Amino acid sequence: MITLQHLLTLSSILFALAVAGIFLNRKNVILLLMCIELMLLAVNFNFVAFSRFLNDLDGQVFVFFVLTVAAAEAAIGLAILVVLFRERRSINVEDLNTMKG
Amino acid sequence: MLVEGLFYAFSAVLIAAALGVVVTRNPVHSALCLVLCFFTSAAIWLLIEAEFLAIVLVLVYVGAVMVLFLFVVMMLDINVEEIRRGFTRYAWLGWLTAFAVIAQLVGVFWFRGLGIDATGGMATLPAGYSNTRELGKVLYTDFVYPFELAAVVLLVAIIAAISLTMRRRPGLKAQNISRQVAVRSKDRVRLIKVPSQPAPGAESPAGNDAAASTKGSAP
Repeated sequence: MITLQHLLTLSSILFALAVAGIFLNRKNVILLLMCIELMLLAVNFNFVAFSRFLNDLDGQVFVFFVLTVAAAEAAIGLAILVVLFRERRSINVEDLNTMKG
Repeated sequence: MLVEGLFYAFSAVLIAAALGVVVTRNPVHSALCLVLCFFTSAAIWLLIEAEFLAIVLVLVYVGAVMVLFLFVVMMLDINVEEIRRGFTRYAWLGWLTAFAVIAQLVGVFWFRGLGIDATGGMATLPAGYSNTRELGKVLYTDFVYPFELAAVVLLVAIIAAISLTMRRRPGLKAQNISRQVAVRSKDRVRLIKVPSQPAPGAESPAGNDAAASTKGSAP
């Protein structure tokens, strides 16, 4: 029997792997975006699991909206990335120091 | 029993693929591992009977977002070696953080308790239950305004992505449609009155050819 705990554990492992990925690939903007997608997937896992086990559809509706916003975020993020690469010929985070932040 | 076996198999593939996203050297391999992640997640969502979202995950993520990622990864000429330098410098911190997150969350889920009964199975759905229909009912009644807002967000994303990446190169011949439509004939065409004059060979008996050429040259 699949219980809620199994699903939550799986999603926490996914989330932790994504966090580790952000630590490891901290120079590569594309991989940072991919790790964010992985985090969103883990969050969606939690929403679907709770929605299913508490018998409340609102969680799945929320996952729908999260998917929409994530798609928009990926599109704009990749567009910015393409423009950045055109300007700098590099996607290294350490090269993004124009604003001295 | 079959469902548990499938769940554990898909979970193992999902975790392995997520690990692949994080540690592979080549960004293309990372993107492909992420595609595998989404596929196995969709399979697990099917197992817990969230069919609509599983299909949407495959269509939207694998079909659109990941294809976009792959396009960008393959289009950009990334110097992997330069980026991978110092890869393992903070790796221990990353793995430590990941381990701490997993340990704490697992401790909460399995030992502290969630405040709800998490040990039971899913509620059995009535026969003929359609996840898509129920979701649609909620989406088009209670959540209709957020739904419209989501559409606006997507429209804004389309416009932003296109306007960011559109590039006007100088010296390139391009069609300007608004200027084409705005053209008036009096700006371009000049009508000149030319007094008609007898053609040089009009009286000659040569006939048809000369007459035709006279007609042709008249304005």
